[in-house]
Amino acid sequence: MNAATVTRKPYTPKEAVERLRHGDLGAWPVVGALVAIAVVFGTLNEHFLSPENLTNLALQMAATGTISLGIIMVLLLGEIDLSAGSVSGLCAVVMAILSVRQGWNPILAIVVALAAGALVGLLHGVMFTRLRMPSFVVTLAGLIGWQGLLLYLLGEGGIVNLPFDGFVAKLSDTWLPSWLAWTIVALLVLASGGSSLVNRRLRLAAELPVPPVWWAAVKIGGLTVVLAGAVLVMSADRGVPLLLVIFGTLVVAFDLVLRHTAFGRWMYAVGGNVEAARRAGISVTRIRVLAFVLSSTLAAFGGILSASRLSAVNQGSGGSDILLMAIAAAVIGGTSLFGGRGRTYAALLGILVIQSITNGMFLLSVDSSVRYMVTAAVLALAVAIDSLARRGSTT
Amino acid sequence: MISANNVSKRYGAVQALQEVSLDLHPGEVVALVGDNGAGKSTLVKVIAGVVGPDSGGVAIDGEPAHIGNPHDAQRHGISTVYQDLALCENLDVVANLFLGAERRKWSLLSHIRMERSARDLLTSLDVRIRDIRVPVAMLSGGQRQSVAIARALIGEPRLVILDEPTAALGVEQTAQVLDLIRRLRERGLAVLLISHNLADVRAVSDRVVVLRLGRNAGEFRTADATQESIVAAITGAAA
Repeated sequence: MNAATVTRKPYTPKEAVERLRHGDLGAWPVVGALVAIAVVFGTLNEHFLSPENLTNLALQMAATGTISLGIIMVLLLGEIDLSAGSVSGLCAVVMAILSVRQGWNPILAIVVALAAGALVGLLHGVMFTRLRMPSFVVTLAGLIGWQGLLLYLLGEGGIVNLPFDGFVAKLSDTWLPSWLAWTIVALLVLASGGSSLVNRRLRLAAELPVPPVWWAAVKIGGLTVVLAGAVLVMSADRGVPLLLVIFGTLVVAFDLVLRHTAFGRWMYAVGGNVEAARRAGISVTRIRVLAFVLSSTLAAFGGILSASRLSAVNQGSGGSDILLMAIAAAVIGGTSLFGGRGRTYAALLGILVIQSITNGMFLLSVDSSVRYMVTAAVLALAVAIDSLARRGSTT
Repeated sequence: MISANNVSKRYGAVQALQEVSLDLHPGEVVALVGDNGAGKSTLVKVIAGVVGPDSGGVAIDGEPAHIGNPHDAQRHGISTVYQDLALCENLDVVANLFLGAERRKWSLLSHIRMERSARDLLTSLDVRIRDIRVPVAMLSGGQRQSVAIARALIGEPRLVILDEPTAALGVEQTAQVLDLIRRLRERGLAVLLISHNLADVRAVSDRVVVLRLGRNAGEFRTADATQESIVAAITGAAA
């Protein structure tokens, strides 16, 4: 075999249709939805696509998006975490009480709050794996119970204000200077281009097929355009919010972990076929517990980001529709409810869809009743696509 | 040589196996046949370490081997492909081949090393899959069976046990899998084939071992045996 013969052939139209029928849609439905949303709201309201509004959108995404990232960890196993909202509120309260009422160092308070989240996840995971309780029930109990603990901890006052110039509040009021934002973009593009170049050379050296050069170029070009566009728009306003950088870093880091480590491979394996994973010698229990720990820890972090934006925690922290939006975002972004399929970018894309709808409707001063119905329709559509894809792949 | 010697196993009131023996030589395909409830599955489970025998046991090159669980069996070079294949349909062929035995540096997967060996292995077995990076869900039944068998070879076993490998396949795919079994023999592996299909058994095996009601009920060289004599041994009709 020489290098010329091992170039992977592009799919013929027929094969492409076959792949689509088997549910290999990837991120395209979401990207389509985003374009549609941008066009619809952009024409209905001139402020929707303004730099100021898009920057707000980026700020609003981070907290729920981080919770959604945690939800993806359990969805990948085909399980569900209904407690993520309550856990996010609880851990935010823990952080606020430690840093404000007890006067701890805020970073230490955050670390303890994250550890509390991890502990909660460990408890869920152990109840799920050892007591064999369905994840739905375990986390439903968590949803109610942790909300109760949150109210108990807050006590009479019911609210803890974070100082506006404190570390936590500053997290959501820090903006990257232009030069730093552009440096990050350049580094990301270089890293992605460099890694694909190195990977290509290593594959050729091992006489493995490589995608055509134009395809790699298109991918890197697309990445450059998207990143540069985002920075350009946000620089026209206050700059790139630190919150967005934190969220983006989490998404990318977890994607790399899921795709390139044995742990990630085993997550997908357990989500795809538990019995096969067990027979292959994978410790299914450990993977499951870890997934719940990750979910609750990320929920805790999302709660802290949310508290940072509000500069306060109160009895409503982590309540109302945060959990449902986080789950909806994961599914809309393309994570399968049936396990084993999905990437962390689903959190980013899904929350972008949901937050754009919310934001756009708000600008149009549409009543929240309509907003709920539209979000529900988008969610139903996403689940329908997922179910059809699953049916296509098993028959 | 791997052999099961005088294996007995009782499940409650049922004597599943009684003093059953079986020899498996390198480069030989042995078909294990028998009616439902004849003890085929139990014998396979004993050899694969899934259940422990009440008496008797497995010997490797004449030395008694302790096989307490499937892991022990794998360490002794015994690899089993079950009827349900146990593939993760959401993962690609490479990921399935190395599932649980991923090549890695620290915790980082060595994608290129795994794909290279996967391609070499599949090529040496003459298994044709257009794109091994697509999820297994998109492969045909015969291709999946081939992937499951190829996976059994990752640990470089001496014995491969195949449980009804052609049960769910059409004519052409069955032929592919039988070809694959012949190539396992050419590689010098011992192959134990459990099958209900006597046509497949006669097409691919060197020796046929018949179980009936948990006992050895006959052993034939496939080349010399007639279909009638094998059927007679299975049913217990006087030959």
